[in-house]
Amino acid sequence: MSQSLPHMSHPVQQLAAAADASEHRPLIITLFGLFVVATLFITVWAGRQTKSASDFYAGGRQFTGFQNGLAVSGDYMSAASFLGIAGAIALFGYDGFLYSIGFLVAWLVALLLVAEPLRNSGRYTMGDVLAYRMRQRPVRTAAGTSTIVVSIFYLLAQMAGAGVLVSLLLGITSDAGKIAIVALVGLLMIVYVTIGGMKGTTWVQMVKAVLLIAGTLLITFLILWKFSFNLSDLLGTAASNSGKGAAFLEPGLKYGATATSKLDFISLGIALVLGTAGLPHILIRFYTVPTAKAARKSVIWAIGIIGAFYLMTIVLGFGAAALLKPGDIIASNKAGNTAAPLAALEIGGGADSTGGAILLAVISAVAFATILAVVAGLTLASSSSFAHDIYANVIRKGEATEKEEVRAARWATVAIGIVSIALGALARDLNVAGLVALAFAVAASANLPTILYSLFWKRFTTQGALWSIYGGLASSVLLVLFSPVVSGKPTSMFPGVDFHFFPLENPGLISIPLGFLLGWLGTVLSKEEPDKGKYAELEVKSLTGTGAH
Amino acid sequence: MASDAPPPKGGTDTSPAQSTPDRSTTAQPTTAQFVEVQESAEFGELRRAYRSFAFPLTIAFIAWYLLYVLLSNYAGGFMGTKLFGNINVALILGLAQFVTTFLIAWFYARHASRKLDPKADVIKSRMEADA
Repeated sequence: MSQSLPHMSHPVQQLAAAADASEHRPLIITLFGLFVVATLFITVWAGRQTKSASDFYAGGRQFTGFQNGLAVSGDYMSAASFLGIAGAIALFGYDGFLYSIGFLVAWLVALLLVAEPLRNSGRYTMGDVLAYRMRQRPVRTAAGTSTIVVSIFYLLAQMAGAGVLVSLLLGITSDAGKIAIVALVGLLMIVYVTIGGMKGTTWVQMVKAVLLIAGTLLITFLILWKFSFNLSDLLGTAASNSGKGAAFLEPGLKYGATATSKLDFISLGIALVLGTAGLPHILIRFYTVPTAKAARKSVIWAIGIIGAFYLMTIVLGFGAAALLKPGDIIASNKAGNTAAPLAALEIGGGADSTGGAILLAVISAVAFATILAVVAGLTLASSSSFAHDIYANVIRKGEATEKEEVRAARWATVAIGIVSIALGALARDLNVAGLVALAFAVAASANLPTILYSLFWKRFTTQGALWSIYGGLASSVLLVLFSPVVSGKPTSMFPGVDFHFFPLENPGLISIPLGFLLGWLGTVLSKEEPDKGKYAELEVKSLTGTGAH
Repeated sequence: MASDAPPPKGGTDTSPAQSTPDRSTTAQPTTAQFVEVQESAEFGELRRAYRSFAFPLTIAFIAWYLLYVLLSNYAGGFMGTKLFGNINVALILGLAQFVTTFLIAWFYARHASRKLDPKADVIKSRMEADA
């Protein structure tokens, strides 16, 4: 597939030409600049209203279900969904579409089992719910650790992706230029989160969701228009242009090669569908609305918005396949991440046209907005968890004042920002796709079992919680470390060495059942009795909202 | 596009003039009260109305999704069957996953507002009044 080195291709030159041409680059930079100025304005405005801990962590819990639904969508639809899925469809046809389905169906787990009970029984973090019935310090430490690990992996992927993408769109190829872009993204996210807190972050995510939907709608419409709104024609052209014929429209091009790759697909599918409801940056969004009913409405809106978006990725991806030469997509970016911007350039009239330049600039600005909104959400999730779970409840044993807690959260944001700038700069040339899949797998293996047992299983104990969090976390991280994602293949992070023994790229097939199993085993083997009173509190609160914050 | 106006000042429900205090300081029912409610028939009914809806439905949509994943993996011939034009079974089944997701979300929201919310609200308002 991607190993065959393609000839120098012309859309890359087109893209570079479009970006380099003196009249086009200013347009992209102007749109980036407008977005940055607008969001900084919102951030300062939100910052002036951020006083209490509840303002900082939960935006004052004043958002409506619809507003939060938009923000949830903005938090969830990362560059991986937007550029990654369109690219995967453009290169592998139908198999790219399989991602969209897993990412969407996953929301039903959040809707039916997690969002409302979490909103009713927690306060600021995922750890609030996990530690409710348990011994506080060990479970908070575990929940904080897993929150930070999941968020950092996810963050790293976004940062590195931002460097690659923005550099490409702006025609910056030097290492120093890429590092500067990563640093700029990191700096902006520190500013959004430290000043604007959850309120500022939520507004940035809402603006981004509107931009992303509007931009995608525009390109989708133009592509469909070109094919006279005949989806069958579009698919047919994509299939013949891809050089793979009917197979391009059938499952199997990416995952159907061997028995192992088929297992890998099952593993990925399970991780996607069970991971979403365990992602801390998504979970804390449910605290920004006043009630569980509003949390439910948020998820319903999010399902509508995200579903509509993923339906459009079909047109975007197959449209790119129909309009561009496959070799050109690969030459521009091996993973196909630039297929959507290239399609925008093409549908607007090509590299030399004003239309093409404008559409490319719009899509680039949307991609940039997407990355910024997602990294802000991730940073907030990890710094909240550090300040609330680890600093306030473990280090200070619940004695910290609200002010001290929020100050700790702001410092944690700066620290996490600096760490991710450094890691993002180091990882800028690595294959980062595995990191997002890993984040989903860790969330599904470590967080989801513990959340579900905590909410619904009377007997669940502290030991069970610790075993499922640490067991799920360790098994998923270790399996990835010894998988082809890290070593042993040309597409690995370290292609020069080979210490892999686990054949699958996604650990979910093993680590998710293991997380559930360990939670059960840790519970039945523990000597302590579960705290019946605390479970009564948690269960009644989670189903009725009595005494909810 | 990127020049979206910032949210109007004070114009929306997200901009209270003062910071909003958490309700953490309001009186909470005691643990004994929670235990009593948890063991009551009324709460048992709410729990049953929730679980008997959410749990089987979760198992059903995960099974339906896994069926789709397995068909994609191991039933390539069937998935590739063309229905009309270039539209094949795989595409229709994929779109069906979207449709069922939307339907289940709607179905749950309806069940929750009809069967769960009224029961939950009664218990909540009584407990908070007693606290």
